[in-house]
Amino acid sequence: MKANSGRGLQAYVILYLLFLYAPILLLPIFAFNSGTVIAFPLQGFTTEWFAQMWGNATLRRALSNSLTIAVSASILATCLGIFAARASTRYVFPLKGGVMGFIMLPMVLPEIIVAMSLLVVLLGMGVQLSILTVIVGHTLICMPYAIAVLSTAFSSLDRSLEEAAYDLGETKWGAFRLVTLPLVMPGIISALLISFTISLDEFIIAFFLAGNEPTLPTYIFSQLRFPRAIPVIMALGTVLVILSVVLLALGEYFRRRGNARIGGKPTGGLL
Amino acid sequence: MAGRRLDAEGRAGLALISPPLLFALLILAAPLLTILATSFLTDGYLEIIREPTLANYTQVFTDPIVRVVMLRSLGVAAMVTLVTVVLAFPVAYYVSFHVRPERKAMWLFLITIPFWTSYLIRVFLWKVILGFNGVVNTTLTGLGIIDAPLTFILYNVNSIVITLAHAYAPFAILPIFIALEKIDRSLLEAGRDLGESRLMTFWRVTLPLAMPGVIAAVLIVFIPTIGDYVTPEVIGGGKIPMIANLIQVQMLALDNRPLGSALAVTTMVIVALVSVLFLALNRRFLRGR
Repeated sequence: MKANSGRGLQAYVILYLLFLYAPILLLPIFAFNSGTVIAFPLQGFTTEWFAQMWGNATLRRALSNSLTIAVSASILATCLGIFAARASTRYVFPLKGGVMGFIMLPMVLPEIIVAMSLLVVLLGMGVQLSILTVIVGHTLICMPYAIAVLSTAFSSLDRSLEEAAYDLGETKWGAFRLVTLPLVMPGIISALLISFTISLDEFIIAFFLAGNEPTLPTYIFSQLRFPRAIPVIMALGTVLVILSVVLLALGEYFRRRGNARIGGKPTGGLL
Repeated sequence: MAGRRLDAEGRAGLALISPPLLFALLILAAPLLTILATSFLTDGYLEIIREPTLANYTQVFTDPIVRVVMLRSLGVAAMVTLVTVVLAFPVAYYVSFHVRPERKAMWLFLITIPFWTSYLIRVFLWKVILGFNGVVNTTLTGLGIIDAPLTFILYNVNSIVITLAHAYAPFAILPIFIALEKIDRSLLEAGRDLGESRLMTFWRVTLPLAMPGVIAAVLIVFIPTIGDYVTPEVIGGGKIPMIANLIQVQMLALDNRPLGSALAVTTMVIVALVSVLFLALNRRFLRGR
């Protein structure tokens, strides 16, 4: 009886995973398909779309913009996140719940509202829309994710280690730099990688706050309405999937190494 | 003495939290307050007239187009939430109860991978999968199961629901999984020892204990889906707008910022009300037991 119900459940889970992976499995199929229409039956094998992708100047500009934005936003979000995670795990201060809730708010607020309200203010102040404005917006929405990851790292920290450093004559900053920082470093790297991945894939804020500058997602969006451009987008998507998986596997590796260093259990997920 | 120490600690904590807090105040609170203020102003030709009015809200609540779009957004979000949470629960249950502890992290990683790949491309691929010449229809006609392509999944609200149910799957699985992980396994054994069947143990012990996770999943899925912009745009080709698309059109294309702001504020209020409702349900549920 038990084995039976377990097997039924297992079959369901496999079907569900198939549902989850369906788009990603189709992506490389269409990226290497020589037909220009994204539909079945498939035509033949080609790597032409990857070559076209490589030679596309707008795409390269979008990529360089996206990388600039993602690197800047992830560093800013992680730095701000370190302050918040340290404050929330180590200190008790007035209005703590409200303050932390407010900082984490972008995680649940519809992005369109964040984007629109920022846009109205920026236009009202006469700020020129550029990559910079996107960096500011992305920092805001990456920060809660960075804080979530960093809080786990900071909360599993043994406070007596810091106290030992104080006793041995270290200043507060010295103890933080020499003891705390190395211990939470895997968490920091993991927060950087997750922020980077979120920023790289973020569309709404980039779409409304970038002005005329393309980013990868806005470039993809602009091409989706031209059927002829789709195969190249499929090739680009394939590359992006591989990139994301590598980055996330790295992030997970560092997170787990960090856990092991602090002596935690190797369970739990990315969030 | 204790009070003074708390004060010093409180000050240190506040000093530490101030950089991210100031950033959030400047970049999030100020714009949101601006939107709130704008929603009470009058839209004039080319500029906003600084004249307080409730006309925007009157329009939000009486305009038939706004009502249709708002109800559609609520309906889609409710449908997506229901489908996602119901489909996700067994998966979370499987990973928590049937997967060996050292394998759990890998399973969660496996579940989250699709979520980290380009959102736009995923949405577009669902259009391809469900489309007229799509994977579903060509496969089913090829197998001779159907004669003509299925129309109920073509570029309409159903395809939006399927696409979003896919997009938010990990958001539903993770909180339910966490709640299930917290359940003391000996409670289940106790239920069984006291003569309950497996099904009744699940119904009376596991499910109630997993409820906080389910409520969290409901909120995490419902809130972003009601404000989703991309899916209606890509799947519906702009013909079946949801509230986010309407906000964008009012704000930019029609340049009616007061009305757009009123729509945004109304959406936030609705989201907040639904959240409060569910949190209250959860609390009552927990107290009831």
